[in-house]
Amino acid sequence: MALTTEEVNKIAYLARLGVDEKDVDSYAKELSGILNLVEQMSSVNTEHVTPMAHPMDQVQRLRADEVTEDDQRALFQAQAPEIEAGLYLVPKVID
Amino acid sequence: MEWETVIGLEIHAQLATKSKIFSGASTAYGAEPNTQACAVDLGLPGVLPVLNEQAMHLALRFGVAIGAEIAPYSVFSRKNYFYPDLPKGYQISQFELPIVGQGVLDIEVEGETKRIGVTRAHLEEDAGKSLHEDFQGLSGIDLNRAGTALLEIVSEPDMRSAKEAVAYMKKLHTLVRYLGICDGNMQEGSFRCDANVSVRPKGQVEFGTRAEVKNLNSFRFVEKAINHEVERQIDRIESGLSVVQETRLYDSDLDETRSMRSKEEANDYRYFPDPDLLPVVITEALIEQARGELPELPDAKKLRFKEQYGVDEETAVLLTHSKDTADYYEAVISASGCEAKLCTNWMTGHLAGALNKDGLDITQSPIGHVRFAGLLARIADNTISGKIAKQVFEALWHSDQTADEIIDQKGLKQITDTGAIEAIIDEVIANNAGQVEQYLSGKDKVFGFFVGQVMKLTQGKANPGEVNAMLKEKLKR
Repeated sequence: MALTTEEVNKIAYLARLGVDEKDVDSYAKELSGILNLVEQMSSVNTEHVTPMAHPMDQVQRLRADEVTEDDQRALFQAQAPEIEAGLYLVPKVID
Repeated sequence: MEWETVIGLEIHAQLATKSKIFSGASTAYGAEPNTQACAVDLGLPGVLPVLNEQAMHLALRFGVAIGAEIAPYSVFSRKNYFYPDLPKGYQISQFELPIVGQGVLDIEVEGETKRIGVTRAHLEEDAGKSLHEDFQGLSGIDLNRAGTALLEIVSEPDMRSAKEAVAYMKKLHTLVRYLGICDGNMQEGSFRCDANVSVRPKGQVEFGTRAEVKNLNSFRFVEKAINHEVERQIDRIESGLSVVQETRLYDSDLDETRSMRSKEEANDYRYFPDPDLLPVVITEALIEQARGELPELPDAKKLRFKEQYGVDEETAVLLTHSKDTADYYEAVISASGCEAKLCTNWMTGHLAGALNKDGLDITQSPIGHVRFAGLLARIADNTISGKIAKQVFEALWHSDQTADEIIDQKGLKQITDTGAIEAIIDEVIANNAGQVEQYLSGKDKVFGFFVGQVMKLTQGKANPGEVNAMLKEKLKR
């Protein structure tokens, strides 16, 4: 399975990664190599195998429904580039 | 050409948990911005989400209520997209293995029952809120809502009109409140709806291209937005254009939908299992527990009310649309010892009217079920007439007194001394010779005049039935 350069650019855009145009060809080749490695699985009969959701053979632990977190807004917002009226400010995004 | 509408709904019900789905931050509504957003909700490096067990229990309760398949094994996935109110860059949701599988919900539209399929219901976290005003070209982000537990309930494309969609949404709204899994508060966004709408020529089997309409936060908007969207799609097709698969936002001020172009690129969510969360195992014991927590469900209660209290379909719907209303009704019947008919009439009449006028729901009623029952008991045992009862009801509404105290204080007891009523009747007859003559000459209408006079002189405290009978008897002579 070979990835096209268009697909590499699309994935990069979706992941918001800046990719240099001159690197796209080599990325396409390397990523295709990884896909081909995984592709080998297709030759194995997995009809009666439950898909693995997690490499650890364990079950999710649960927590009781209790409020255990105090307000630490001041601490968290000390790291934010811009805040106002308790809000984090970000470049405008609107639909 | 005749067109058929096809609708499927995605409903987000905020689960009634005290803390968030993957963190111990509070979910209480209306707090100062970002005071209930902890490190996990902010997606800070090194944090680990841990599932809230109550969120799982509530989802299971919904699953058993709609007779759904419950997966023994359920997995959380990451839905990847970028938006400032989603700090991690992905939403933890469920994709391939949701907690609740295929189930059904019956709706009633114009007297017909229709079965709507529920495809699935899955657990996920809510995003934060973006505020676009007043920040000099910047957006403000409040992450208090981020991480709140949601149950997304996805229907099959089984609805064929906006009316059916609204009926389905109302039915679900009633159900989640009965189950106690969601407060159903639509103003606060606890119960939200997106609609997938398409049209096709009547008789065609394949579906048309659908558009997803977002931002439907009231029953009225759902109906209006769907009707508008159907018209828009038919217009396009009939003028030779095609419908584009896209997300559209409903604007209730303009009553129109418009394309959310910015979401187009993002529709590739690249789901994959979240490595931070292990699979959830649902044992038979957990499902049994959920079954044990089921209250009497709305449809069963409605049927029982019809049989037990002899009410018609419409009244049964009124009395059972909320569990609080149904509980109040039954509490009044049991506390007053009156027959159901009297309770039904007063509940759906005066009480419902007064609540409606003041914009209150039954839990906010100034008259609790005990005082209301006290009033009905005095009507039933003929202590007061229906007319006086209205006066007592008014007084109950505006005070904390009981019906008995009000009746005593204002001297409203019905006159049971027939001799006293007889004397008043004699007086009325003696003073109105003209009307007596008219009546005797065959003008039956004058009879009402006599009743009115007697009621006036007794200040409404005579029993109208008794007055009627006695008057008739006297006037015969």
